[in-house]
Amino acid sequence: MKVKFEDRPGHIRTPWYIRGKTGWVERIYGDFLNPESLAFGRDGLPKKTLYLVAFYQSDVWEKPQAPKDKVLVDIYEHWLDPAA
Amino acid sequence: MSTANDAHGHEHPKNELSHYAKRIYAIRDLLVEKGIISEKDIQEQIEYQEARSPANGAKLVARAWVDPEFKARFIADPKAACAEMGIDATAINEFVVLENTEKLRHMIVCTLCSCYPRPILGRPPDWYKSFNYRKRSVVDPRSVMREFGLNLSHDVEVRVHDSTADIRYLVLPLRPLGTEGWSEAELAKLVTRDSMIGVMDALPAIRQ
Repeated sequence: MKVKFEDRPGHIRTPWYIRGKTGWVERIYGDFLNPESLAFGRDGLPKKTLYLVAFYQSDVWEKPQAPKDKVLVDIYEHWLDPAA
Repeated sequence: MSTANDAHGHEHPKNELSHYAKRIYAIRDLLVEKGIISEKDIQEQIEYQEARSPANGAKLVARAWVDPEFKARFIADPKAACAEMGIDATAINEFVVLENTEKLRHMIVCTLCSCYPRPILGRPPDWYKSFNYRKRSVVDPRSVMREFGLNLSHDVEVRVHDSTADIRYLVLPLRPLGTEGWSEAELAKLVTRDSMIGVMDALPAIRQ
């Protein structure tokens, strides 16, 4: 999966450092109310599927200290695209 | 903190307050004045927050170390396992336990704010909320671990979990070597808060 590279204001739960990076789905957590909507007093609907996405350090940082270590981030579906 | 009574019946800190602290007290006073919450509600909430501590997590970990069936339940359905131990984890939306092994260590951070498994560990330590930890943990977790006294060899994998959303994570640390036959209560004393965040292992087998 590739994380979308978007820059927009709001209660975004996708950290900046992981945007545009490529990883794989490690686990599917299920459907949750959308925090980007809830944070503004709206109903959070439709629910969004939340994924645990894993990345190699070497795919996230230019000079990783331990390239095969992983960083895992919880990311909602609308922030993910299939990897090219 | 030193406090002083003021005209409307409760105590405010005597020292000069920060902008945010002033705002908090103003909001609290308004909510009480308008009858939306009471002083008793606030006191009860403070007591509830303070009652939750890493002792909850330590109890769960020690039980998981001595009882393999409990450990399996704790990993498969952490909230149900908490309920079994009389620990209320219902405030957590989704609770996930990450098991460390000889060849794998987990570490938890929230780079966006300070998401933390509060029902299990209480309030997060200040360093957990610091920019320093939030930045460095995802870039160079091994050096953060070294500062906490954990030196990992290169054949051990590190997985840093950035808890950005509805999931709250707890690390299930390795049981220290040489603790065979120890009681659950003795084991629980080896389970530090920081070992359940994953920046270090549980304490070595020295009776506390």
